[in-house]
Amino acid sequence: MADKIFEYAPAPESRAVVSIRPEYGLFIDGEFTEPTDARITTVNPADEEELATVSVADEADVDRAITAARRAFETVWGPMAPAERGKYLFRISRIIQERARELAVLESLDNGKPIKETRDVDIPLVAAHFFYYAGWADKLAHAGLGPSPRPLGVAAQVIPWNFPLLMLAWKIAPALAAGNTVVLKPAETTPLTALLFAEICQEAELPPGVVNILTGAGGTGRALVAHPGSDKVAFTGSTEVGREIARAVAGTDKRVTLELGGKGANIVYDDAAIDQAVEGIVTGIFFNQGHVCCAGSRLLVQESVAEEVLERLKARVSRLRLGDPLDKNTDIGAINSAAQLARVRELAQVGEEEGNERWSPACELPDRGFWFAPTVFTGVTQANRVAREEIFGPVLSVLTFRTPEEAVEKANNTPYGLSAGVWTEKGSRMLWTANRLRAGVVWSNTFNKFDPASPFGGYKESGYGREGGRHGLEAYLNG
Amino acid sequence: MPDTALAAATTASNTSLRSFLHGLPGVDEVGARARAADLSTRSIKTSAKAQAIDLAIRMVDLTTLEGADTPGKVRALAGKAVHPDPADPSAPRVAAVCVYSDLVAVAVEALAGSGVGVASVATAFPSGRAPLEAKLVDTRRAVADGASEIDMVIDRGAFLAGDYLKVHEEIVAVKEACGSAHLKVILETGELATYDNVRRASWLAMRAGADFIKTSTGKVSPAATLPVTLVMLEAVRDFRAETGRQIGVKPAGGIRTTKDAIKNLVLVNEVAGEDWLDPEWFRLGASSLLNDLLMQRTKLTTGVYPGPDYYTLD
Repeated sequence: MADKIFEYAPAPESRAVVSIRPEYGLFIDGEFTEPTDARITTVNPADEEELATVSVADEADVDRAITAARRAFETVWGPMAPAERGKYLFRISRIIQERARELAVLESLDNGKPIKETRDVDIPLVAAHFFYYAGWADKLAHAGLGPSPRPLGVAAQVIPWNFPLLMLAWKIAPALAAGNTVVLKPAETTPLTALLFAEICQEAELPPGVVNILTGAGGTGRALVAHPGSDKVAFTGSTEVGREIARAVAGTDKRVTLELGGKGANIVYDDAAIDQAVEGIVTGIFFNQGHVCCAGSRLLVQESVAEEVLERLKARVSRLRLGDPLDKNTDIGAINSAAQLARVRELAQVGEEEGNERWSPACELPDRGFWFAPTVFTGVTQANRVAREEIFGPVLSVLTFRTPEEAVEKANNTPYGLSAGVWTEKGSRMLWTANRLRAGVVWSNTFNKFDPASPFGGYKESGYGREGGRHGLEAYLNG
Repeated sequence: MPDTALAAATTASNTSLRSFLHGLPGVDEVGARARAADLSTRSIKTSAKAQAIDLAIRMVDLTTLEGADTPGKVRALAGKAVHPDPADPSAPRVAAVCVYSDLVAVAVEALAGSGVGVASVATAFPSGRAPLEAKLVDTRRAVADGASEIDMVIDRGAFLAGDYLKVHEEIVAVKEACGSAHLKVILETGELATYDNVRRASWLAMRAGADFIKTSTGKVSPAATLPVTLVMLEAVRDFRAETGRQIGVKPAGGIRTTKDAIKNLVLVNEVAGEDWLDPEWFRLGASSLLNDLLMQRTKLTTGVYPGPDYYTLD
């Protein structure tokens, strides 16, 4: 994809800043345990290199972690003066900034996303989330939840693999600021930055038991969610697993927040700033290889500019640089796992079989690792599976509309409701459209912008509860 | 985008020009800035950097535009244009030397047979505030003295007041006065206030016959910012797709370091495309930039910085 006159030489970020241990135990009560017998090997999705083996927590480990978290809540973290809790969080934020490059490289290695994103988006946002909630720790009386809101206790948290450390921050920062303690399970394919975060907790001298990290797969997650000792379950991941969790906690007095799937509509009106809209479409679906629950995976473009937008979109997508995630000039990295690659391939295949026109730029994929070229489906209708199901990969479905009413109707015609984007230079049309979209986030002339001060969450099958901002505290406090 | 037939018909009046220019798609300021910032994170190293530095040197319009300019200074600049690095004859020559119109004859004589062009600013540079007759005399004199390129300024007062026809007619008249000399039209984007205006002024200049569109005089700040150059590169890309005619782009002012120059080349590469990666289609208006390019060039080949005293001061 590089051209002849001015070909960018490889510019790899150094791996030397990262030291990965060959095997990891579980992080319980402030210490790493001996590695368990059951192990998972985590690989670099870009070349399938084995990075490390991590432990698989069983029910007994979950019980020990919950017990440690409970003790820390009752004896240290709960009684602690809120300003002191804030200090620990500020300290963690600063260490994250100091070790930002190490975290970015490790995240790219374990997840497959480009270093440009981990360096410029993931890790800065992680630090920002901790800083933001550190500031809330001694101001909870002003959160709008009554004069003296109380923490819930122990939170059981399960996070996905698409933004491993960022999702950890979304979960842990508000929980700790509000005075809760946590047991968190990172995704089985991306456990390494969570384990490095455990080291950061040690470095910050966070009291033992306040943060516990249990690695493992679905079984560990189920055990954690089902354990009667937690007061709160927070999950980000697929709608399918979200349903299972909702069933598991039904009838208990646990509080639950679920942040699930999405099939976001990106609506481009004919008066949009076309070049920036094209950028927004690209960011919407190809950022993080489309492994984004709020991705703009459905492009709804007004008929009168559809041809022009598509032409520009294809020219732009042809310029994306796919390859080594550690190369600073890489725009598109690897698909996170073989299983995810299989799912993306399967749905793309369905798209073809249903008669949608498939397009990808001329693009050489590396031989080893899990790779999928950026793909655009045109001629898609609401009835097609590529327009209805969450693909969670770099696959865009393009639909057209004629009137604003039709755009809104199509955008809302999905079981999900997490995100949407609207592109128009006309303020009244922007507001009219945004008011009618049933989505937790509506981006106006931009896409995939995140800020710790902004609440995030879904309508319908995209889940319930809000994370981020003042609203994010509600999930961890009793008014 | 409008089609060419319509474009020809719409030059007739201020109203039709206005409806054409205001019918162009808008530029989202936040988005344009974000895209330029994103592209400026490209990491250009080793062989790519060497390639970029030599290309950037070949694209430099080595400029002196001071009231205190003398024939001696212009001759010195001409010497430097042909042999930029006294210690390294392999350094390529620059694209052109850019001077005030009264010094064109000196530059032409000094550069005869060298392959380096002579560009002259004209049309009451830098303000553009003079009667059209005076602007045309200025231009004709420079061309008669042998300037191969004319860098004119638009009447920003007229543009901002919405008198697009006046701007258009002046460019047409100056283009005619240029004869075979290439016409670069300076938009002075630092005075145009919005990216929408930058896009409109670009289209106005291209339709009036500009061979190049240029950001700035260098006398107004901000001069050539990356988002402005991005918007202008989008304009020439779209104009070629529309009319088949390729127009060049010249950012000028504020480009001082090799890093700045390389960021510009990355923009060209990824926005307009590699067809513009040639001195015929992209220039860098600069003076101090050249020494930094030469110093980085030596650093790449020898591994050490020679220090500023090893390069000639203008």
